[in-house]
Amino acid sequence: MPLATNTILICAGGACISAGEKSVKNVFEEELKRYGLNELVRVIETGCMGACTLGPIAVVYPEGVFYQKLTPEAAREIVEEHILKGRIVEKYLYQAPIGRPVPRVFEEIPFFKKQVRIVTRNLGVIDPTKIEEYIARDGYFALAKALKMKPEEVIREIKESGLRGRGGAGFPTGLKWELAAKQKSERKFVVCNADEGDPGAFMDRSVLEGDPHAVLEGMIIAGYAIGAQKGYVYVRAEYPLAIERLSIAIEQAREYGFLGENIFDSGFSFDVEIRIGAGAFVCGEETALMASIEGERGQPRVKPPYPVERGLWGYPTVINNVETFANVPWIIRNGAKEFRKYGTETSPGTKVFALAGKVKNTGLVEVPMGITLRELIYEIGGGIVGDKKLKAVQTGGPSGGCIPAEYIDVPVDFESLQKLGAIMGSGGMIVMDEDDCMVDVAKFFLQFTVDESCGKCTPCREGTKKMLEILEKITAGEGTEEDLVELEKLANVVKDTSLCGLGQTAPNPVLSTLRYFREEYLAHVLEKKCPSKKCKALISYVIDPSKCVGCTACAKVCPVQCIAGEVRKVHTINQAECVRCGSCIEVCRFGAISKVTPALPVEEVVS
Amino acid sequence: MGKVKSLEELMKIKEQALRELQMRGETGNRGKITVAMGTCGIAAGAKETLRAIVEALAEHGISDVAVVQSGCMGLCEVEPTVEVRMEGQDPIVYGRVTPENARRIVKMHVLEGRVVEDLVVRRGEV
Repeated sequence: MPLATNTILICAGGACISAGEKSVKNVFEEELKRYGLNELVRVIETGCMGACTLGPIAVVYPEGVFYQKLTPEAAREIVEEHILKGRIVEKYLYQAPIGRPVPRVFEEIPFFKKQVRIVTRNLGVIDPTKIEEYIARDGYFALAKALKMKPEEVIREIKESGLRGRGGAGFPTGLKWELAAKQKSERKFVVCNADEGDPGAFMDRSVLEGDPHAVLEGMIIAGYAIGAQKGYVYVRAEYPLAIERLSIAIEQAREYGFLGENIFDSGFSFDVEIRIGAGAFVCGEETALMASIEGERGQPRVKPPYPVERGLWGYPTVINNVETFANVPWIIRNGAKEFRKYGTETSPGTKVFALAGKVKNTGLVEVPMGITLRELIYEIGGGIVGDKKLKAVQTGGPSGGCIPAEYIDVPVDFESLQKLGAIMGSGGMIVMDEDDCMVDVAKFFLQFTVDESCGKCTPCREGTKKMLEILEKITAGEGTEEDLVELEKLANVVKDTSLCGLGQTAPNPVLSTLRYFREEYLAHVLEKKCPSKKCKALISYVIDPSKCVGCTACAKVCPVQCIAGEVRKVHTINQAECVRCGSCIEVCRFGAISKVTPALPVEEVVS
Repeated sequence: MGKVKSLEELMKIKEQALRELQMRGETGNRGKITVAMGTCGIAAGAKETLRAIVEALAEHGISDVAVVQSGCMGLCEVEPTVEVRMEGQDPIVYGRVTPENARRIVKMHVLEGRVVEDLVVRRGEV
């Protein structure tokens, strides 16, 4: 490969691709070619850089200038101005909140500066399709080191690091490996759980897309530690790019001899295969996942026996999540003690979160455990969109709970979140403001679990459905206080009697919102009010006659033609026909339309 | 590529790959070469000069010097112009840098630390 002057690293994470990364990349390449610079300037697609709100993103080296929200036109300008003439194109720089453009964001912006990057250290830095770049960043050195250690020494190092499963439950990884290592069996397996399915979570996908070798290296080390010969990565079909890059990585690792027979002349042999899941949420549950790999229907079974005793095809199996494996090489290379410098006593290390919802800087962040929600949301996340009031933070997706704003100074670690009725989960973090209705949020997540329940056990199959029916009744304004009692009772039964983690945790969104936002449920039930003005059956749209100028904009946009009024005269909404789509509010330039709760009685308006 | 069988072999791959990776961000600790790429510079052959510099650096295995482009330096009559700014030394601007001269600059100035006197058009900060 010839040497280059500039290198353009362009973020090819899922969010940036959706935002138009491909067209930007094409223009970069075309323009460079046009100026005859295509051999001197390299364009490299990297993994997710994390700042998804700003995408598509490109960083131009050697200066390290960070360009955001790129368009094909912007790419053209950057080539002409920056690459050709060395002038930074200010208008595409990140604008700091103080209004000053910032060329080198990684050193200056809290979003990046406050992060500690262990798992995501190569994301946005290397080309994930080139094993050499991974090696340049100390890749596979941990494997070389581990293979010189005894398997029990590797396990001891992981145990001492205190690494806990990053998939949600937080089981100590070293202990899991030790249990599997102790099993006497001629065959053992290592499985990587990449069946990430929580709405809004994309940490594992980003790691697989941006640094697939780190996951592979972690798996090979696990294989050596427990005495396995074969590994599987179970990844969902909805992640085509992750599958593609992982396949390339496996090919390259085989070429270099990091997978296959007699790795590093140590006598240890190990290979990895990808198994593509069809996208059932329940297959993230380890026993269902194994059934799916075996070609069976993806349904969970009773534990024990645990997978470390009887896993894939009845053989001892270690199942870890993507992020857990990606931590392993770093720990082996730097030592358990170094790892423990980050995080808390019981939750050492870092955690990658997918920040989503009403936060200014959405995206992927890696932070030390024990950081407070306040730091996470206000310093790294930049605060709430529109500077509204924070209401709650939802962690752990459909298995997690809502943490109300008053606990904003709680440290984010496994124990603290559990105490609040939420869970760490795999790292989805949805920030909600005063416009979000907690009953509606609970309904959303329950809808998800009802869809995804495999149907094997009755509490989950029937219980979640009954719970959803009650929530629908409440949001329709037909709920009673007895319904709340019934809902809570059902939630506890489902929690206690379901077979697997999906059912056992499905009531969490309901239970946690009932715990912290009961008055909101009561408002729905007793006063038929939705305090956040979200539940359609409990609100009406009204036009303020003193503000309406009769511009007709609302009448034009209304999909059901329920807004009447002459030009330059006050308009009115026919409540009987209004579908509460909210289109009128968006187009009104005079702030004349607002929502009221409870809903206006329909007859009154009609007459 | 054969299979990697030892730590030494792995280290070799790392070193080679690191050199290429360094061209990205971690270069420039020892110095910076700026090639003026205004319309005047390009017309006078700055692109070829740039290429020659990059190739010469690669040939000599120099990875701690960054190469960047800039706009017109205002010395249009002696284009292509190249500024060499080594750590702790005054910047030197060279004029009429043909690819051949470029290779000479890399060898003498960057590698051996001797200013190529016959090509100097300006010394010191502007």
